[in-house]
Amino acid sequence: MADHAHSETLALRVQFDSAAQQKDASQLGMWIFLITEIMFFGGMFACYTVYRNWYPEVFAIASTSLNAVLGAINTCVLLLSSFTMVMAVRAGQLGQQKTIIIFLILTLLFGGVFLGVKAIEWKEKFDEHHIPGQAAFHVEGIRPADQGHAQLFFSLYFAMTGLHALHMVIGVGILLTLIMQARKGIYSADYYTPVDVAGLYWHFVDIIWIFLFPLLYLIDRHLGK
Amino acid sequence: MSAHDEQNHIDSTKTYVKILLTLLFLTGLTTMVAYKDLGAFSTVVALTIAVVKMLLVALFFMHVRHSTKLTKLVVVGGLLWLGILLVLTMSDYLSRGMLGVK
Repeated sequence: MADHAHSETLALRVQFDSAAQQKDASQLGMWIFLITEIMFFGGMFACYTVYRNWYPEVFAIASTSLNAVLGAINTCVLLLSSFTMVMAVRAGQLGQQKTIIIFLILTLLFGGVFLGVKAIEWKEKFDEHHIPGQAAFHVEGIRPADQGHAQLFFSLYFAMTGLHALHMVIGVGILLTLIMQARKGIYSADYYTPVDVAGLYWHFVDIIWIFLFPLLYLIDRHLGK
Repeated sequence: MSAHDEQNHIDSTKTYVKILLTLLFLTGLTTMVAYKDLGAFSTVVALTIAVVKMLLVALFFMHVRHSTKLTKLVVVGGLLWLGILLVLTMSDYLSRGMLGVK
């Protein structure tokens, strides 16, 4: 036990042999969590794939009603936020405390823009009566008998983008916490693990959107015309 | 200790900027291509571009390139299980009715 007689620091808790081991454990832990998230979203992606195969024409027409330009802009905004996030992690690696804060704030801003654009898109759907379950639900160009299948598309659209947006809101909360902690100056080149694992989470949410965008907005768009 | 030297690797800003520009380019490309009539390839092209974007984000932004072997194994294992979920589900739905039995 003599090896463990060091005084405890943030970078090296008593239960670890070395700072490197502690870092590995944190990263691995975060990845295990992300794998459970992949399976969580995976169920929805499987559900989407099944229904898209059953009703390809209706889904193509319904997806055309989504604003692909806004979707593409939002994808770019999210990719930018991933870039600023990885730059915050890089600043952590270099121990640049001020730079960490700047890039975390930029990430927060881009995340906010994404959620704002998403809110505008959802508002459009409400105005167009594309809300599943609405009595006035109606999608142009789809036979009355197939309107139910269009409702299915929009149920999946709101469930998947909604769950994604929820993850973004949680990410915003994490970023706010990190910014407050970073302002206290607790992060250094030796210890920036929270920034590092929050980065993994943020990029994961980005990857989910990378798949949602083509699946919901782009596939078979030419058929819907 | 070489494994840890690898893990503490710090990528240059230039690398990250290049990856970002590639990702933005691919987003533009996939959006433009969606308006063209590619027939059955619409899905294939859209998903191929998405997978390339995922790989860029995972390998560079999430540092999988420099991760430990154990982390890499966990990542690949996770994707494998997702593959099982999707492939087995679809092999059921797509093969229904193939034998003409109701």
